[in-house]
Amino acid sequence: MPLPATQPNVRVVTLKIDDLDLSAREDETLIEVCRENKIPIPSLCHLDGLSVWGGCRLCVVELEGQNRLLAACSTRVAEGMRVHTNTERLQRYRRTLIELLFAERNHICSVCVSNGHCELQWLAQKCGVDHVRVPYRQQPYPVDSSHEMFRLDHNRCVLCTRCVRVCDEIEGAHTWDVMGRGSDCRVITDLARPWGESDTCTSCGKCVQVCPTGALVKQGTSVGEMVKDQHFLPILARRRHAR
Amino acid sequence: MHLEDLAEKAAEFRAEEAGIQREVRVCVAASCQSSGSLAVMEALEDACGDGKGTCRVKGVGCMGLCSAGPLVSIADKDCSLDESVLYRDVTPADAPEIMGSVCGSPVERLRCPTDQPFFARQHKIVLENSGFIDPDSFKGYVAVGGYAGMVRALSEMTPADVLREVTTSGLRGRGGGGYPTGLKWSTVAKMPAGQKYVICNADEGDPGAFMDRAVLESDPHRVLEGMAIAAYAVGANKGYIYVRAEYPLAVERLQTAIRKAKRAGFLGSKVADTQFSFEVEIRLGAGAFVCGEETALMASIEGLRGQPRPRPPYPAESGLWGCPTLINNVETFANIAPIVREGGDWFASIGTERSKGTKVFALAGKIRNTGLIEVPMGTSLRDIIEIIGGGIPDGKAFKAVQTGGPSGGCIPEAHLDIPVDYDSLKTLGTMMGSGGMIVMDETSSMVDVARYFMEFCMTESCGKCIPCRTGTWQMHGLLDAIAKAQGTHADLALLEELCEVVQATSLCGLGQTAPNPVLSTLRYFRDEYEEKLQRAEL
Repeated sequence: MPLPATQPNVRVVTLKIDDLDLSAREDETLIEVCRENKIPIPSLCHLDGLSVWGGCRLCVVELEGQNRLLAACSTRVAEGMRVHTNTERLQRYRRTLIELLFAERNHICSVCVSNGHCELQWLAQKCGVDHVRVPYRQQPYPVDSSHEMFRLDHNRCVLCTRCVRVCDEIEGAHTWDVMGRGSDCRVITDLARPWGESDTCTSCGKCVQVCPTGALVKQGTSVGEMVKDQHFLPILARRRHAR
Repeated sequence: MHLEDLAEKAAEFRAEEAGIQREVRVCVAASCQSSGSLAVMEALEDACGDGKGTCRVKGVGCMGLCSAGPLVSIADKDCSLDESVLYRDVTPADAPEIMGSVCGSPVERLRCPTDQPFFARQHKIVLENSGFIDPDSFKGYVAVGGYAGMVRALSEMTPADVLREVTTSGLRGRGGGGYPTGLKWSTVAKMPAGQKYVICNADEGDPGAFMDRAVLESDPHRVLEGMAIAAYAVGANKGYIYVRAEYPLAVERLQTAIRKAKRAGFLGSKVADTQFSFEVEIRLGAGAFVCGEETALMASIEGLRGQPRPRPPYPAESGLWGCPTLINNVETFANIAPIVREGGDWFASIGTERSKGTKVFALAGKIRNTGLIEVPMGTSLRDIIEIIGGGIPDGKAFKAVQTGGPSGGCIPEAHLDIPVDYDSLKTLGTMMGSGGMIVMDETSSMVDVARYFMEFCMTESCGKCIPCRTGTWQMHGLLDAIAKAQGTHADLALLEELCEVVQATSLCGLGQTAPNPVLSTLRYFRDEYEEKLQRAEL
């Protein structure tokens, strides 16, 4: 007899997301179930294969019977849940959050190497952001080109910490981390030394591939040329996990 | 050890003091120290002179009326006066005169009447020893009945009995959220046996709040006792006190208290000769307000960057290093020993229907009696401000009182008669918070108040989630423009919209409550905003 596909002690629950009746394993999060069933949920920090972060708040959903919004990436499914992922209110909040991101740093798509392949740009289109109503912060940030293969442009960073997590959890190097507070936060390599001088960086490039914007890119790319490939991540993550 | 053994010990410690005829208590908590109480204490010791042996000068904790510091109280044995005599604004030069005064004829010039409402209207449970015992003395704490709660719990009660008493007491978390303490403890207790932790949150960061500091500086053993009882009830053997490094005096006194309690066998392995073990360690905060949020606090203890994480899982299920963790505020733990000692029913008889016991408040701002007070839940704000606090100085009119720090809101004159408890404050758009009360008079601009708190949240945001990180920056910019009479109606509309988004989508309590000062000032003082807008658009 073949072994059951799931672990024997994990139960299956049924829930309703946007009027669709779905089943899910008890240990799954809402965003995983949505992705599985092709229900679009915007997110910047969540990535299949990395730990949950819950920082971008774009994946917030409404749960019937609860006033508070829940982040789909950090909420486990439960029997009988009734979830709404795309109400007018949520759309409005998501647009505002994306506007806030655009205004925080200098996301000027027309001169960005990731133009056309950028998750932030794509989300803005999907969520219908056509204006930024809040004032831009207009704060110039440095660019670190000291690494021979890659470049870090803080002006494009959305602080999703995918680079921090992939480096720590998958590559095992923990070259990246975050320093500072509030809007002054910056991702750093080692103890805030230039990337090219890092003793721990293995130059594997995983951080570049998982970065949703043009903050981490390959050297020598021009406008629109930086195309990223994240397919390796779930496969690697599962192999690491299985071991 | 049984209660009788402890009572014997206490009697022994009291007997050591029997020869002392005159006890001079000098407040050595942070606020009196900053107005020079250590010099006063030295002068009093000198003035005591050869009277030593029958006269004792003792450093004690906060006496409450911080605005009148340094405070000194003198208790004479066999005196016609019932209570000790309290002196205010004492300088070292006053020492000989004070020491020379005989019982029954105090120095009227310096006297601070203790029958005034500031003292008479208070009901002290958490602060019962504060101002009487020497915070650095283990014997002093035991002599007034300290550790009786812990010994009673360990020798006469099962963990379930303790949980029942705490649940019966109706105590709710004093850190601000008001979560039922008994429920929190039971949840941790019900988790499978294994490594569990107890954490005391002493990262008091609200502007204008100093309740926890005063408790730690005045009566540190009480907090340790509360933690030990909690650890016994939930099955933990290790505790952490997370205290901010800006409270050096509190840290020092806690360290002394832990050392002395350990030496006496009241902490460490085999507490009070039972099978129960409990170790306590101090961890210092590095100046981040957000580390008062429980998940960020635990990350900080683990040595990680102090950032909150999404809940659930709650700390009761998966806390410090993934283990079930009980985390309570200083004042909550300070309430535990009396509850176990006197019983939950006694505690539940104080306060209101849904908020039991007393609450310590720190009165600050434009109020005559600034300092620390403890009143039963349900006391009206008007009583607190006008009667206990003595009203507004300089003949100015009252405008608003801010409670709950950067997470709370402002309450105008019209609502002053509401009883102070968790639920009624919430209906007014503010919250109990940890107990800071900042009183404002007619000269304060409410737009400035909102801007100040928004700036606080902006600089204290950890930067993890977008709404808090960039939303507070944007809201601060809009408030700044409005305060400078450069804002427009569109700015105000945008501000209100951002308030809604930040409140609804932020990851932790800091962001979710950051808009509260703006929302509450808009609710009660909208005209002040609009007045500034009109000027901008002229």
